[in-house]
Amino acid sequence: MIETAALVCIAAIAVAIGLNVYRLAMGPDILDRVLALDTMVINAIALIVMIGIWYATDVYFEAALLVAMVGFLSTVAFCKFVLRGNVIE
Amino acid sequence: MSIALIVFLPLLGALLAPLAIRYGRNACAATAGAASLAAFALLMSHLPGVYAGEVVRQEAAWIPQLGLSFAFFVDGLGFFFATLILGIGLLIIVYARYYLARQDPMGRFYAYLLLFQSAMLGIALSDNALIFLVFWEMTSLSSFLLIGYWRHLPEGRQGARMALAVTGGGGLALIAGMLLLGEAAGTYAISEIIQRGEIIQASPLYVPALLLILVGAFTKSAQFPFHFWLPHAMAAPTPVSAYLHSATMVKAGVFLLARFWPALAGTDIWFLIVTPVGLVTMVIGAFIAIFKHDLKALLAYSTVSNLGMMTMLLGFGTPLGVVIAMFQVLNHATFKAALFMSAGIVDHEAGTRDIRKLGGLIRLMPIASVLALIAAASMAGLPLLNGFLSKEMMLEAAVHTEIAGIPYLVPTLATLGALFSVAYSLRLAWFGYLGPTRESYPHHPHDPPAGMWGPVALLVGLVVAIGLVPPIAGPVLARTSMAVLQTDTLPYYSLAIWHGVTPALFMSITAIVVGATMVALYRSLSTAHAALPHPEAKAMFDRTIAAIVALARGVTGRTQTGSLQLYAGIIVAAIVAVGLVAFLQGGHAPGAREMLPVNTPAIVAWAVLIAVSGVVVFAHVSRLITLVLTSVVGLIVSVAFLQFSAPDLALTQISVEVVTTILLLLALNLLPRRSEPERSAAARWGSGAIAVVAGLGVAYLAYAVMTRDVSSISEYHVALSKPGGGGTNIVNVILVDFRGFDTFGEIIVLGIAALAIFAMLDSALRGASARRLAEMLPSRRSGDAHPMPLVVATRVILPLAITVGVFIFLRGHNQPGGGFIAGLVVAIALIMQYIASGYDWAAARARYNPHAMIGAGVLIAGATGLGSFFFGAPFLTSSYDYFHIPLVGEVELATAIAFDLGVFLTVVGVVLLALFQISRVEHKADRTPVPAGPYEPPYDRQAAPRVVEPARDKEA
Repeated sequence: MIETAALVCIAAIAVAIGLNVYRLAMGPDILDRVLALDTMVINAIALIVMIGIWYATDVYFEAALLVAMVGFLSTVAFCKFVLRGNVIE
Repeated sequence: MSIALIVFLPLLGALLAPLAIRYGRNACAATAGAASLAAFALLMSHLPGVYAGEVVRQEAAWIPQLGLSFAFFVDGLGFFFATLILGIGLLIIVYARYYLARQDPMGRFYAYLLLFQSAMLGIALSDNALIFLVFWEMTSLSSFLLIGYWRHLPEGRQGARMALAVTGGGGLALIAGMLLLGEAAGTYAISEIIQRGEIIQASPLYVPALLLILVGAFTKSAQFPFHFWLPHAMAAPTPVSAYLHSATMVKAGVFLLARFWPALAGTDIWFLIVTPVGLVTMVIGAFIAIFKHDLKALLAYSTVSNLGMMTMLLGFGTPLGVVIAMFQVLNHATFKAALFMSAGIVDHEAGTRDIRKLGGLIRLMPIASVLALIAAASMAGLPLLNGFLSKEMMLEAAVHTEIAGIPYLVPTLATLGALFSVAYSLRLAWFGYLGPTRESYPHHPHDPPAGMWGPVALLVGLVVAIGLVPPIAGPVLARTSMAVLQTDTLPYYSLAIWHGVTPALFMSITAIVVGATMVALYRSLSTAHAALPHPEAKAMFDRTIAAIVALARGVTGRTQTGSLQLYAGIIVAAIVAVGLVAFLQGGHAPGAREMLPVNTPAIVAWAVLIAVSGVVVFAHVSRLITLVLTSVVGLIVSVAFLQFSAPDLALTQISVEVVTTILLLLALNLLPRRSEPERSAAARWGSGAIAVVAGLGVAYLAYAVMTRDVSSISEYHVALSKPGGGGTNIVNVILVDFRGFDTFGEIIVLGIAALAIFAMLDSALRGASARRLAEMLPSRRSGDAHPMPLVVATRVILPLAITVGVFIFLRGHNQPGGGFIAGLVVAIALIMQYIASGYDWAAARARYNPHAMIGAGVLIAGATGLGSFFFGAPFLTSSYDYFHIPLVGEVELATAIAFDLGVFLTVVGVVLLALFQISRVEHKADRTPVPAGPYEPPYDRQAAPRVVEPARDKEA
């Protein structure tokens, strides 16, 4: 039962990531791309959790936690770069 | 007493003299003198032993496998040269105290002089050919410093460079020659080498070794055609010329020939190279000297000529030749050092040393002039002085030497050399000191203080004493010659003023008569000489150097175009070619391993990677978009690590990804926004082809490796991780235990890299580069620099993230984690504050110093490694045990955790330092006013003040 659910989830996340890639490639603006990257990071967190469920191990949850904790910083840095031109002012 | 101490006492003095100058010039000179005197006293303690025929040898092994040992020995030859070096050195130290002007930095002078003295003593006393080479190079370097002592004079700097280029170049040849000689002899101990002459001369390495060693000796001793550097080295202060260029350094080449005489001399090739070179040098040097107007230039060429004479005598290959050469070394050192010092006195007192402007000095400065005249008479080879004795003996030996079957060639040329030296000595004496008194001196000359003429008087005393009573030099000469020849029996020679009516007497008389006539007819001779061609060595040298530089620039310009694409293309193509050759030669059956089933996440990741890479190919013109796209690659790689059960790598990759993105964004701010394609479409297609082939090759390699069962060290690590390293996380145990030494090296490299970033970017904050940067920085500014939601969020995350970091660090030994990942996490948590709240805000609250963190990290890791020595275990042996802590329970503590702490601190320090420094470049570049010109050294402040442009206002 859980396997079927996991498969469906993974498929959904895969589609989401595919759409992220489309937006990443097409743009048209740098902001679209940064947003696509940020969404992709969130999707990656989801994917990592799903892999953990799939393999029935809790080690991967930490990886998801770490991505959640620090991953947003890349997005922040990109945004500051686009808006201000400088990351650390 | 220790022989090494003789060598190192002057070195100690070289360190102390610059400190002693704070207590005045006398203290400085006294310190230098005391160091030399102590070394001299130590040397004299060996006097009874050496003159009883003993050879004292001391050795401390250094790297015995390479034949490198710290060996010194004193025999007759070494003792003789060391006495000259220290004895004349002491006189020079006294003389220089009075010679140097008040504004000359005296501490530096004595430091260089003693450094040189130490190096020379090392040459004279070392018993290991490799150590000998080190001292040889040291003399080249210290003489460079001494010649260029007056660094404000361009001649001084150019002369120093030329001397270094010639003697240093010869030194390189000597290194090769010595290694060959050691190879041929089977030992690097000099005292052994000189006893294996027959083995060496039978070896096929003999000829190349000899040629290379001769290049070293000829360059150092200014033999033709390398003689040109010595006159240019006369730009040095006179004490330096008197010491280096008459008594010591230029004799190093002669010493080299004498030291290895038993091993190298006696063959035809030795005779046919060394004798003609010496003969030609003797004649040419003496001829040029006649027409030089500068006293020091005249003396320099005379030195060249005398060195040629010694070389020729050694080149004869006969024991008698050696004896005369050693006698000439002694005599020349005494009269030439005295003459150089006299030239210095003239310069000092009269304000010029141009012979054409001098005259009648004997009436103005009688003491100094009489001393100089006696020394000049000895240089001319007049009877009753020591120069006469060795010149007579040389002429006598020349009569019995025949070269290339031509009789009379050597004696004729030797007489010619003697004749020329009479001419230049008499010219110096007549036009300089005698003759009519002149009134047109820049200063009115009078006798200098006794400190200046005293050393000259001492040397002239020796000149006269040996000249009048030749046998007093007998024991020195005998012992030195025996040491050179490595025998106890010497050929017959007699040290006497009158040898009866011999061919040499007639040659001497001819030389004196014709030489005196030449001086009498000097004016017409000088006109004739002016019509002769004058090859200018300096111009030729400069042209040669310029040609070499142009060649090097040409080669560099062609091979190093600065195009990264080209470099990468060549490197990758070369690797592909090498791989292709191996691929075509080896078998390539598919591996036998079963394939793993494909799952959805893997397919997704694979498809995303390919898609994103494809997009980068087209979007790379914009650097920012490229950076966004490559972030995806990092993300996918992290997920892939998880998929393949490598949580440690995944955690590291996630943190590294964030740091890299920030780093690249910081760097991107300093780069143009777009990178337009610079090359033709065809070139890009070519690069694409190389990239595709290389990528396919790597993919195939990975496939081939992964489908095979390869037995690797992994099993060993898996099996021993717990029992050996005390941890269940194999990755961490490998990092801090199995490969702890690797990690130790890596954190040091990391620390050095961070410091290098710090140092290199520091210069970017100044001058032209800062100005360029300020122009490049984007002027558009929008939005809030420090948005409140971001500030609040990051401050909340800070303690959380640090807790996570500590947690990951502590459990690292048994579960995924460790110092490296924890360091990255903590660094990210701190950087967050800088991004959100601003550099100034965060820096004001930071109570840590990244430099100190790097240093502490490396020290802690190193100390952990050293700690195992206390338990008799090798470096970095780890240990662990279980402890019962109340409330917490059973806890395992491994020493590796301390090592991991070092890794942690280094990583945090490196990340912070690198990012701060890069952000600081921008921070400074757009705020500090940038000076209009390049950085000006402070001593230029006397010059007209520069107009400083007002700083550009960025915001306007």
